[in-house]
Amino acid sequence: MAKQSGGRNVLHISKRGVLPWYRAWAIRGAAIVLALIVSAVVTTALTGLNPLGVYATMIQGAFGTERKMWILGQNMAILLCVSLAVTPAFKMRFWNVGGEGQILIGGLATAACMILLGDKIPNWLLIIVMVVASVLAGAIWGGIPAICKAKWNTNETLFTLMMNYVATQLVAFMVIVWEVPKGAGKIGIINQNTCAGWLPQIGSYKYLLNILIVAVLTLIMYFYLTRSKQGYEISVVGESERTARYVGIKVGKVIVRTMMISGGLCGLAGLLLVGGTDHTITTTIAGGRGFTAVMVAWLAKFNPLVMVFTSFLLVFLGRGASEITTIYGLNHSFGDILTGIILFFIIGSEFFISYRLSFLKNTKKGA
Amino acid sequence: MKKILSLALVLVMLLSFAACGSKSEPAAASKDVKLGFIFLHDENSTYDLNFMNGAKEACAALGLSEDQYLFRTNIPEGQECYDAACELADAGCNIIFADSFGHEDYLIQAAKEFPNVQFCHATGTKAHTEGLDNYHNAFAAIYEGRYLAGVAAGLKLNEMIEAGEFTAEEAKMGYVGAFTYAEVVSGYTSFYLGAKSVCPSVTMEVTFTGSWYDETAEKEGCETAGVPNVSYNGSTVAACPNTFIVSSRINWAPYYEYVVNCVRNGEAIAADWTGTIATGSVVLTDVNEQAAAAGTAEKIAEVKADIEAGKLHVFDVTTFTVSGDNVKPTLTVDAEGHVTSYLADVDTDPAYTGDTEVVENGFFNESAKRSAPYFDLSIDGITLLDVAF
Repeated sequence: MAKQSGGRNVLHISKRGVLPWYRAWAIRGAAIVLALIVSAVVTTALTGLNPLGVYATMIQGAFGTERKMWILGQNMAILLCVSLAVTPAFKMRFWNVGGEGQILIGGLATAACMILLGDKIPNWLLIIVMVVASVLAGAIWGGIPAICKAKWNTNETLFTLMMNYVATQLVAFMVIVWEVPKGAGKIGIINQNTCAGWLPQIGSYKYLLNILIVAVLTLIMYFYLTRSKQGYEISVVGESERTARYVGIKVGKVIVRTMMISGGLCGLAGLLLVGGTDHTITTTIAGGRGFTAVMVAWLAKFNPLVMVFTSFLLVFLGRGASEITTIYGLNHSFGDILTGIILFFIIGSEFFISYRLSFLKNTKKGA
Repeated sequence: MKKILSLALVLVMLLSFAACGSKSEPAAASKDVKLGFIFLHDENSTYDLNFMNGAKEACAALGLSEDQYLFRTNIPEGQECYDAACELADAGCNIIFADSFGHEDYLIQAAKEFPNVQFCHATGTKAHTEGLDNYHNAFAAIYEGRYLAGVAAGLKLNEMIEAGEFTAEEAKMGYVGAFTYAEVVSGYTSFYLGAKSVCPSVTMEVTFTGSWYDETAEKEGCETAGVPNVSYNGSTVAACPNTFIVSSRINWAPYYEYVVNCVRNGEAIAADWTGTIATGSVVLTDVNEQAAAAGTAEKIAEVKADIEAGKLHVFDVTTFTVSGDNVKPTLTVDAEGHVTSYLADVDTDPAYTGDTEVVENGFFNESAKRSAPYFDLSIDGITLLDVAF
């Protein structure tokens, strides 16, 4: 495709073949270096700080102490869990932007079990009930828009987005039912003294269980998507629904099944948050992960193993931004600006990996 | 015309406190303490800004250098608060403050893990029952400030009645609150009682936003054009120069200084600390003469002196009545409806059990059994709208 512009230079964009891995990574590396340079200029211009010091502080914020590394791991685990959850749907070209609501509803189911059954059934049984309830709640929340899509071809982007608001309001309502003390609009830590329904802690490591669960989940999802028949069906439906129908795949069934898996895993993330770490439910507990996960999954081109790195990147940037806010007394938004610059370059680099840009002198024929 | 003006005053309770303060007593710089502050939002939230300004004021007054305090902003009321508190402790902080109600449980978790670090939580309710030596609650007797603001509002009503804008019976105020939480109930009731003390026929309607931080919903109340207002936020004087009368707020600097001095002197920090007008914790802005009734500043000074001297109690049981369904099982009232005894939910529990007698010597003894307010009675003269929250 040549863009003609009179008799002057022509900007020529062409699709590349598959680049050898080292060239692709060279482009990505160059993008990161450029991003760091631009960020450095912005930092110095806006704050007068030494950018190298700022970068060092960001690294410090992510890895500075053993605790910080655990927090990094925990945040990564939850974000990765949600990213794994939305991946099958996205691979199927089903735009599930309802991760937020599916996490919330899973968390709400978990909290309901902890509050209502906390002192009534043995802890091991309670935890089993919590796992089932949270995954089921998420699966239903993801399944509803999928059924409507399969039956009546409703728009899933709008539908899943709307389901987020329904979930948020449900949580807000239940928080007022369960609030302590009366009128506070907060539940506080559930079963703080009995620890009923708290997911078990491995040794002295608060976040290890969540990390291990998500690590296993990552491998399962990788094999599910790349090696299983269902994973293949998802790819085919994503490529072309017509082809899928032609080869005898029941498209509606695949859509509903995949979205129930997607929602169920988001529900699981809700369980890990409510049962594993926070032990409370609030309307903000998902913290935008349902949306951030879309970026994580997309950056990794829906490869679960690569998502480990992309989720790391986003969590690292977030933790680093938080640290520079604290150390230099800057507004949190400054950290977000740096994060934005870096992501802009990284996402932009994918363009240069897929396409070739060249400037040509316009001769008679565009090259 | 008279009827139209029956809604005479709108009080906008912006859940936000304004900045400033002036106390300073430079102390010798020493490296003995390091403070960590946890804030729910950043300086764009006036609620958090008020804490930040208090913190900076206290640090300056105590002679602390910049590397002796750390601010963590945008910390949600969840595990992040626990993580942030532990990270601050790891960073060498020996006193850690948090500013939002929902931080409490997570701060307690951290307090259990770091017995040598002092954890101080504003607005919380659990310090007196947790039994931890290093976990403390603080609040201020802001109901006293609100009472004074109420006096100013009552005087304005009287002026409007005299001017013939409406009759005494038609005098009615509006109030925008957050939740039906004791802190809010205590706030609007003290405000109402202040107004009633000078304008006995006044009634009030209260509506709730259902959020601790919802600027849009709060502003909807403020923008009711031409209606005098008394707010919980000094900055509204700029927004409403013709209608703003006075505002009250909490200054947190005295508490921060108290805690640091305790640690420096090796003294125990009170489990519950309630700032007052006398400690400089309850602050009133200057009266806006353009909107206020004549003599407001003098009257406020007079009432303030009475409160400080203990001659006047905001929740004097002879000044209000409770009737009908509002007489809860743990409340007893005499034939006229005056409260004689009340077991309030002072020890926080999921069943909201009334556990502590709070009516003493003829007044409801607010913020004495714990620092956070527990006045949650619905008194006659106040009508609640949208009580879903």
